[in-house]
Amino acid sequence: MSSIALPHAPPAPPARRLSSWQTWGAILIAPYVLVFLAFVLYPVSYGLWLARDPASYTRLFADPIFVRTVVNTIIFLMVAVNLKFLLALWLSGFFVHERIWIRWLSVVFLLPWAVPSIPTIFSIRFMFNPEWGVINSVIFKLTAHDGPNWLNDPHIGLGLAMLTHIWKSLPFWTLILIAGRLAIPREQYEAASVDGASAWQKFRYVTWPSLRTLYLTSTILSMIWTLGDFNSVYLLTGGGPADLTHVLATLGIRYIRLDQVDLAMATIVCAMPLVLPLMWFMMKNLSRGDRQ
Amino acid sequence: MRKFYKESVLLLLAIPILLWTLLPIYHIFLFSISSKDSAFSGALWPDKPTLRNFGTIVREEHFYLHHFWVQIWNSLWIAVAVGVLTLAIATCAAFAISRLKVKGGRTVMNLALFTYFIPAAFLAIPMYKAMGAYGLLNSRWSLVLAMVTLAAPYAIWVLKQASDKLPYELDEAARIDGATPLQLFRLVYLPLMTPSLVAIGTYALLLAWNEYLYAYLLLSHERTITLAVALGHFIAADDSPWELLMATGLVYALPPAAIYYAFRRYMVGGLTAGAVKA
Repeated sequence: MSSIALPHAPPAPPARRLSSWQTWGAILIAPYVLVFLAFVLYPVSYGLWLARDPASYTRLFADPIFVRTVVNTIIFLMVAVNLKFLLALWLSGFFVHERIWIRWLSVVFLLPWAVPSIPTIFSIRFMFNPEWGVINSVIFKLTAHDGPNWLNDPHIGLGLAMLTHIWKSLPFWTLILIAGRLAIPREQYEAASVDGASAWQKFRYVTWPSLRTLYLTSTILSMIWTLGDFNSVYLLTGGGPADLTHVLATLGIRYIRLDQVDLAMATIVCAMPLVLPLMWFMMKNLSRGDRQ
Repeated sequence: MRKFYKESVLLLLAIPILLWTLLPIYHIFLFSISSKDSAFSGALWPDKPTLRNFGTIVREEHFYLHHFWVQIWNSLWIAVAVGVLTLAIATCAAFAISRLKVKGGRTVMNLALFTYFIPAAFLAIPMYKAMGAYGLLNSRWSLVLAMVTLAAPYAIWVLKQASDKLPYELDEAARIDGATPLQLFRLVYLPLMTPSLVAIGTYALLLAWNEYLYAYLLLSHERTITLAVALGHFIAADDSPWELLMATGLVYALPPAAIYYAFRRYMVGGLTAGAVKA
């Protein structure tokens, strides 16, 4: 059966039958189209209409928190996402070793991804509580000095929010890169060994060329998701101290809670120069892969 | 000797990986089995481990826990509704796009992908306004519909990928035998797609159970909120009972973790293959 080249498109059925299949197609696709119209298209259009007033942008830029938030968001994207991917790349190399205990470790390693954010992020928040948290207790026991103020310091707070984000999403991306590494044919490594290649040379000339596209696509996708990551910042620092650790995701929600919808929408519109190129890249990439 | 060296390096690397992964989770567990007095001692194991925190939870004996059972029921109800609805909508759409080749199917797929790439926290703001306009705020349905909107694009994408792999001769044979589209859907398509359907249903269910932001925006009455939002309330006060928060968090985190590990084979294979197709 596989030796016969079948025409890819099914031969055209009689016209009457075709219309019945098309009718059913339209009926079956309708529920999703309705969901899209009611809960994506309408809200987004309505939101953009709310954000049409130039005065809200003037007010937004006048808010000192806003500039700080944009800087925080860019730092978050650049540092947290890239650090996460370097770690994931390295860890995927660790987890592809075939040992039974490494397989067990990989099952445990998935836990941060498998459990919900709230309990774990609150747990991290408590660990770093300056008075009662376990980290400062240990520091006090070891050095007899008080530890740092952790989450009450805006720089450390943002750093810990990034670490929390990495802790939560590292397993998922490691898994993706493990899948990418396992797809590389073994013979390539064997041939490299025969030629006397070092571990670094194997990575540089065998692993990396095969993994590069996946690595880049994953990084872009992760940047989009990281822009929408509300939990890592909000549940850890709440945007504090003094609203200095906000990112765009938490700032928009903050305006909503203050009933300033026009500012919330203006925040999102201001994020578009950041979001749209990433979305465009992903759309182009996925529809190209779809056609192949 | 070289082999021994490599093994010890691997083992040495395993220790920081294990600590990094487990520390916040063990911290939850430690707090939930500690009494209020011993919770802050900083010991690795409490002097007298106790299950009393869980008793307080099931009897709803604390201000923050007065509606525990209603809230966990809300979480469950919403998660199941999102799982079922997403599965129904996405399966039909994937079938129409991939097998029936409906006109405009490609456009719908692109619109779905576009939705998938909107950062969730950004869509939340217009969604909140729209739910207000529909008069759905504070109803369970607002969260169900919002989560279906978030889960469906990825579900359609994965199901379409899986469905494209089924051989076309099956459809041909069914057509020649005079099958209607619905018979093809029910008798051929659904049985062959079962593994992907399990993965997608679980994905949507877990997404809804774990969701915090949308639940926090769309639901506010203490009898309509999910357990996730209720946990968020704990942090409002400085003197919140950490041991109860962590115990409730453990109760909240166990079901999704168990489901995840039970369906891991489906989840990891089905979902990661579709997540990044480079």
